Amino acid sequence: MLGSTKLVEDVTVNLLRIAVTSLPDDVLGALRDAEREETSEVGRTQLRTILENVAAADRLSVPICQDTGMLTFFISGRCLPDLEEGIRRGMSRATSEVPLRANAVHPITRKNPGNNSGKGVPTIHYDYSDSDFTQVTVMPKGAGSENMSVLAMLTPSQGLKGIKRLVLDTVIKAGGKPCPPTIVGVGIGGSADQAMLLAKQALLRPLNIGNPDQQLAALESELKQALNLTGIGPMGLGGKTTVLGVRVEEAYTHTASLPVAVCLQCWAARRASARIARDGSVQYSREGFW
Amino acid sequence: MRLKTPLSEKDVRSLKFGDEVTLDGIIYTGRDEMHLRALEYAREGRELPFDLHGAVLCHCGPMLRNEGSKWHVIAAGPTTSSRMDSMEPQFIEHFGVRAIIGKGGMSQPTVDAMAKHGCVYLAHTGGAAVLAAEGIKDVKRVEWQDLGMPEAMCELEVESFGPLIVAIDAHGESLYKRVDETVASNLPNVRKQLGI
Ligand code: SF4
Repeated sequence: MLGSTKLVEDVTVNLLRIAVTSLPDDVLGALRDAEREETSEVGRTQLRTILENVAAADRLSVPICQDTGMLTFFISGRCLPDLEEGIRRGMSRATSEVPLRANAVHPITRKNPGNNSGKGVPTIHYDYSDSDFTQVTVMPKGAGSENMSVLAMLTPSQGLKGIKRLVLDTVIKAGGKPCPPTIVGVGIGGSADQAMLLAKQALLRPLNIGNPDQQLAALESELKQALNLTGIGPMGLGGKTTVLGVRVEEAYTHTASLPVAVCLQCWAARRASARIARDGSVQYSREGFW
Repeated sequence: MRLKTPLSEKDVRSLKFGDEVTLDGIIYTGRDEMHLRALEYAREGRELPFDLHGAVLCHCGPMLRNEGSKWHVIAAGPTTSSRMDSMEPQFIEHFGVRAIIGKGGMSQPTVDAMAKHGCVYLAHTGGAAVLAAEGIKDVKRVEWQDLGMPEAMCELEVESFGPLIVAIDAHGESLYKRVDETVASNLPNVRKQLGI
């Protein structure tokens, strides 16, 4: 087995290449269905252009969108030493090899080091467990959709209606900016930080896998149907495809709180996962391991 | 419809919102930092590296690869135009651009400036960066590189660049406004569906 830092570095480069140059099958399938069913002519032109673009990216093995985003990593399973160092190295190598656009800048001076590295990037979430493998998932997410994220500390009395209202308002306010059709991630409960993490994590679940919780599954499909009646349409130019899906995750919260986070993901809903086994063998999947 | 740059006022006044067009000729990229600097130059009476009269401005931060002395475009989709909203009316008036390519639309002051000075907004499919790059035949010059690659100002030669939708025309009509009206009229029904 390679030194684990080098192994993680290589896995990170491969993962990023897979993630930014192609779309998971569930997302692609949903886009194809939408193109068939869209009734607005301008809307259909947008969806057709998107599909042609994805095919061209695949053919040329280049990023599907120039905004290769900021990177969020989700690590689970077995703990690997020097994982973070491996990811950092892989990320800076991928920036020039894949390539990724150098997006990371200082938040105040806006200086761009040009290699996507700097204090606090990338974001890495850990969820270690006793397992035979380490799972690394990356979600590159562009600013167009990330900038539309919303966190609201609702009052418990606002309840389910308040949650639905927030989701609807967020999607309407975002209009064409997050490159619809979007996937809507909703995090309900927890603390403020946890709600946003849940909303983002919710986006990892493939569109063809329902929520195991019956109530949340019903909420997801109710919201999806309603949001597609707004008329915002692909790119906000009108039509019936505003969202490809809604994904909801929840956590217990304080008796006096109801944090709700909404995180929109653009049609370029990129993600990829790798499983690193004890012997160093690696398995990749765009859809993730579900 | 195919349009060729530079564009005249007559060219753009003849377009109507909802039209689909493709572009041939030259386009210039510019985002937040480029707008800030260009307007600063304007205040100081300094010349820009490019003459933008009759030009097409593209809200885009392309991914370029430098191979020897030549730049290559890898991906070049549009960025969210509303970030430039506060600067665009002045930009249109001062520099005389005739078309702006972007995504997501722009606000009323920009719509008004477009009607007044003769300029249109062309919506490009957000994220469709590879198709956009295929429409770019040559990177002629890259200026203001110190702003970082996404923010630099590039002169690009394009062919059949698009499809672009005339989303704001030079007569004060906006497809986004129309969609907003549709959304507003759909809203009571959507709320009812959700029981809110
Ligand atoms: S919102 Fe997504 S598809 Fe649109 S430009 Fe940004 S990353 Fe690309």
